[in-house]
Amino acid sequence: MNFETIIGLEVHVELKTNSKIFCSCSNAFGAEPNSNTCPVCLGHPGVLPVLNREAVNFAVKAAMALNCEIAEETKFDRKNYFYPDNPKAYQISQFDQPIGENGWIDIHVNGQSKRIGITRLHLEEDAGKLTHMEEDGYSLVDYNRVGTPLVEIVSEPDIESPEEAYAYLEKLKAIMQYTEVSDCKMEEGSLRCDANISLRPKDTEPFGTKTELKNLNSFTHVQKGLAHEEERQAEVLNEGGEILQETRRWDEGLKKTILMRVKEGSDDYRYFPDPDLVKLNIDEAWKESIRKQIPELPDARQKRYIETHGLPAYDAEVITKQKAMSDFFEEVLAEGGPAKQAANWLMGEVNAYLNQHELEMQDVPLTPKALADMINMIEKGTISSKIAKQVFKELIENGGDPETVVKEKGLVQISDDAAIRAMVNDALDQNPQSVEDYQNGKDKAIGFLVGQVMKASRGKANPQMVNELLTEEIKKR
Amino acid sequence: MSRITKEQIEHVAHLARLSFTDEELNEFTDTLGQIIEFAEQLNEVDTDGVEPTSHATEVHNVLREDETKPSPARENSMRNAPDQENGQYKVPSVLE
Repeated sequence: MNFETIIGLEVHVELKTNSKIFCSCSNAFGAEPNSNTCPVCLGHPGVLPVLNREAVNFAVKAAMALNCEIAEETKFDRKNYFYPDNPKAYQISQFDQPIGENGWIDIHVNGQSKRIGITRLHLEEDAGKLTHMEEDGYSLVDYNRVGTPLVEIVSEPDIESPEEAYAYLEKLKAIMQYTEVSDCKMEEGSLRCDANISLRPKDTEPFGTKTELKNLNSFTHVQKGLAHEEERQAEVLNEGGEILQETRRWDEGLKKTILMRVKEGSDDYRYFPDPDLVKLNIDEAWKESIRKQIPELPDARQKRYIETHGLPAYDAEVITKQKAMSDFFEEVLAEGGPAKQAANWLMGEVNAYLNQHELEMQDVPLTPKALADMINMIEKGTISSKIAKQVFKELIENGGDPETVVKEKGLVQISDDAAIRAMVNDALDQNPQSVEDYQNGKDKAIGFLVGQVMKASRGKANPQMVNELLTEEIKKR
Repeated sequence: MSRITKEQIEHVAHLARLSFTDEELNEFTDTLGQIIEFAEQLNEVDTDGVEPTSHATEVHNVLREDETKPSPARENSMRNAPDQENGQYKVPSVLE
C-alpha cells in the first residue's frame, strides 16, 4: 500500500533574557547546580511570581517573525503534573490564549517552496534537569533551569517528509537567531524538538494513529528518527498490524527508534488560570514597538542577495542559513569584497574549516576585512588562488591581515615577464619529450609544462602569464 | 449521593502519586463531595450573558524589568531537602 506521511513538530526555544521568567534569578547557562534558585522558582508556599517584561517582548517578537497573529489579551495557566523536574508540581504555561496563533514559514526542499503553518506559539517556564543514576535507583535534580523563559512553537501537520521536517527546523532556528531571542544551541538544550508522525493510506481523509519521538539531540537525528519511524509504521501497517499511540526515542547507536512507553488515555493536566498572575494585554503601541525591532529575516536577505548582489539562489540560501555567516558576508561586502567570490569562500573554505573544527563563525579570528582584502589581492593578481589557500589558512587560524601574511611568508605572486620567461625556458629545456609531443599536435603537453613551471616557482608564478609565455616560447622551438 | 465518585478520587490520587487505603478513599469521597456541594451554591447566581473570566480583578500587566538579583545561598535553599548529593537534590527514581 502507498502511504502519506504526516508530521507535526513541537519545538521549545529558550529565550536569552538576563533573568528568569517569574523571578530575578540569573538565566545564565552552565552555573553550579542549584546556585540560581530562589523561593519563587523553587515554588515555596506564599511566594508571588512576577512576569519578566523582556520575556514577553521576545515571545511577541518571535511570534511576529513567524507571521503569527498576536493576542490582544492573554493569560497564564497552570499545567498540573507530578514529576521531580518541577518543584511546584505544575508548570506555568498558556493554555487557551497563546501569545501567537496562525503563523507560517516558507521552506525550500528539492527546489520546491512550501508553506508550513504554525498553529501556535506560547510562553511558559522551563523545568529542572534530572540526572538518572539508573543503577543506584535514584535521580539528582538541578533546578537552575526552572523558570527559564521558553516559547513552545507547534506546527500544523503540514510536514510530509523527514526532509521537510529538517528544512522546517533549519528555517525556524534561523529566524530565532535573526530575531536574537535565543542562541538555539541544541547541545545546551536551548532548542529542543519533539516530533509526531503518522501514516495514512494515500488519498484518504482520517489521520492514522501517531507516535511521538523524543530525545532528538540534533536536526539530523530528527530526520533519521522520522525516516526510520516512517519505514517502521509502513511495515506494521502493510502486515495488517496496528500502530499504538506511543512515545519512542531515536537511538543513534542502534540506528532505530526504541519504545519508551505506550500512552494510555489522554494526558490529564487539569489546566486552570494561574491566580498568582494577572491578565496580560498587549496593546497596539506595544506591538508596534516590538515590530520595529524585527530585523531583516533570512527570506528577505536571500532575495536581496539575489537581486542586488547577483548571487545564485543556492548561494543566497546557504549564506543566510546562519545569521553569523550572513552578517559576516555583509561586512565583507562593506569592506569592498566582491559578492560572488566572498560567497564562494564562505561556502567553501570557511564552512569546511568551521565544520572540521566544530566551530562557529564568531569563534575564528578571520575578520571580514581580511577576507575582503585577500579576495581583492587575488583579483589584482598579487597572489594566485592557490597561494590564497595558504594565506587563508593563516588568517582563519591566527588572524592578521593578508598583506602582512603574504609579505612575511614571501608569497607574493611572480608577475615579472623576464623571471617567468626564464623559468619557462628551463622547463622546456628539461622536458624535450613534452616539447616534441606538443609539436606533434598533442596540446595536452602544455598542461604538464605549466605544472612544471608552477612547481619550480613554488606556486608563486602568475598562472595566466605562465600559460601565455609557455605558448609563446614553445613555438620558438 | 456524593458529587464525586470513588473512581475519580482514585484517579486524582494517582495523578498526585498518592496511595490511600480503601477506608481513606471512602472518607475522601465523602469530604471532597461535600466541598464540591458547598461550591455549587455559586450555581444559584444567574450568570446568563456574563462573559467567563479568569480573574476577578481588573488589574493587568504587572511586569518586572529584566534585571537579575543574587540568588540566596545554595546551602540555605537546600536546607530542607530530605536528601542531597553534590549540590543536587536526591530523589527516588521516578519513571514518567
